[in-house]
Amino acid sequence: MNWTSIGKRLGAALVVMIGISMLIFAIARVMPGDPARIALGPNASAEQVAALRAERHLDAPLPVQYFEFLKALSRGDLGKSLYTNRPVTTDIAQFLPATLELCIVSAIVMVLLGLPIGILSAHFRGRMPDHLGRLVALIAVCTPAFVWGVILQLFFGYFWPIFPIEGQLMQSTPVPPHVTGFLLVDTLVAGNGAAFLDALYHLVLPATALAMSGLGQCARLTRSNMIEVYDKPYVEMERAYGFRPFRIATRYAFRPAFIPTLTILGLEFAAMLGNAFLVEKVFGWPGLSRYGVEVIIRKDLDAIVGTVLIIAAAFLIMNILVDILVGVVNPRIRLAAGRG
Amino acid sequence: MSEPGSPVVARRGGSRAVAAFVGNPLSVLGLVIVVVIVLLAVFADFVTPFPDHVGPIGDFAAMSAAPASPYVLGTDAMGRDLFTRIIYGYRLSLIMAVVVLAIATPVGVIVGLVAGYKGGWTDYILMRITDVFLAVPPLVLAMAIMGFLEPTLMNGMLAITAMWWPWYARLVYNVTRAEAQEGYVLAAETVGASTLHILFREILPNCWPSILTKMTLDVGFVILMASSLSFLGLGVQPPTPDLGSMVAEGAKYMPDGWWLSLWPALAILLVVLGFNLVGDGLREAFEAEN
Repeated sequence: MNWTSIGKRLGAALVVMIGISMLIFAIARVMPGDPARIALGPNASAEQVAALRAERHLDAPLPVQYFEFLKALSRGDLGKSLYTNRPVTTDIAQFLPATLELCIVSAIVMVLLGLPIGILSAHFRGRMPDHLGRLVALIAVCTPAFVWGVILQLFFGYFWPIFPIEGQLMQSTPVPPHVTGFLLVDTLVAGNGAAFLDALYHLVLPATALAMSGLGQCARLTRSNMIEVYDKPYVEMERAYGFRPFRIATRYAFRPAFIPTLTILGLEFAAMLGNAFLVEKVFGWPGLSRYGVEVIIRKDLDAIVGTVLIIAAAFLIMNILVDILVGVVNPRIRLAAGRG
Repeated sequence: MSEPGSPVVARRGGSRAVAAFVGNPLSVLGLVIVVVIVLLAVFADFVTPFPDHVGPIGDFAAMSAAPASPYVLGTDAMGRDLFTRIIYGYRLSLIMAVVVLAIATPVGVIVGLVAGYKGGWTDYILMRITDVFLAVPPLVLAMAIMGFLEPTLMNGMLAITAMWWPWYARLVYNVTRAEAQEGYVLAAETVGASTLHILFREILPNCWPSILTKMTLDVGFVILMASSLSFLGLGVQPPTPDLGSMVAEGAKYMPDGWWLSLWPALAILLVVLGFNLVGDGLREAFEAEN
């Protein structure tokens, strides 16, 4: 991956991002009903509604409205939430870190559990560990994140209460001073090891619930890719030379098998950003979800548009990062990009 | 040269596919799950013990009753039989899945065929539009659409359909791009076949295996998505029995009323699992045939 191809990738992402802004803007404006009336509720006076319409340029033609929206966006202004009465960017800055932290930890859980399950399945192909691994992966994929949340809560929070089931920290744990918004980072910055462990402890169940579906996909893909590599002549040769199976698996088969898996990790991370809404509701996680659902129910125009845009942007950035990473890991793509 | 078109070969290929499907116990298990659930859902009025518990009112003498006869899976806070409501929840989920796929598939297939075959600007514009939809997590987009609509069954299906067709566009686009280079398409072009003929008579038949496999898998995933929406309170509203809102409602009574959310949760898992097993089996069967 060289600078030209990264540039091309960024350009395509920008086109898609503009498209997303148009799409979400169109959804917000074309839907039936007067957004100002919906936002203010049935008790607001006609003057209040008219004032809001004027303030948000709602009477102007759609392209003009969109242009105003872009102009504000270029200043980093996503409008004002009618629910919190604060700028949408302030709201998102407050709630996004908890969601991202949950997703990142889930992504780590997904890779740490999904890869070994897939590798073991491939290694013991057709035998008991393989059947077990495939079954676990399949069930993981087929179950919505909120179902995992409820099941994990029930079994590890109530029947066998070893994990906390709500929130980010224990009541007795002092909240660290706000630095990044990521509790795991902030507790370390504050030098509070106990609080760090407490935050980690609270992450176990929600992160596992959120990781399950991606974990299953990751295990399934790793398994089939490993099996493909295991059938290659060079692996046969290594077996013939008497290399230990562990060494073949980790040194020679894993790397080519991992590349296709890496490409789906970006997609899975995106799915996590969406599924985080479900998991956050189950575990009372103070992330973007409660805010997102609240503003959706209240038809809070700017806040909905802002939330969707931020999530889409996070998704796009993640996918670009994965593309670059794939290029770094796979010399063939790196060379092809260099030539092209 | 062999005779690829002869009926004997075709029939033998078909039976090979059936053998591959039946030979895998997991596929058969999936088929059994799917058939049982569909039959229960279709004949819900006759097979459920308490069909009148679909509404808001249940048995006030047995509110939040633990699983025991006659309420095998227990009752909810309104005294309504959970088994009955789960079966009616299945009915609703299956209707949603069928409607969503019946609209999303043709739209996606046409976009994919046209973009893949035409190429150039048509390709660029259609596929960038598809990318836009694919670049927002599906649940978030459906939520946003639901945010501006009233939470009804119709609107729920609309929101899910809006984010579902791009996956079919992508799938068919990729197959079409590969097929458009094949000899039989060039031959059809040479003899002057119309674009419509080439798209729907020549290329589309070769997309069917992938489309059918995906549709089977997607019945499960549409149900999963619909239940996620209603879990967030953005789907079908009470008292209509819906698996997602049953889980959300039941979670309020944990841990004492564990059955309230556990059974509907497992019900969702079961139906998605069933359609997944059948979908995987179909894929293997199509591969065996070729």
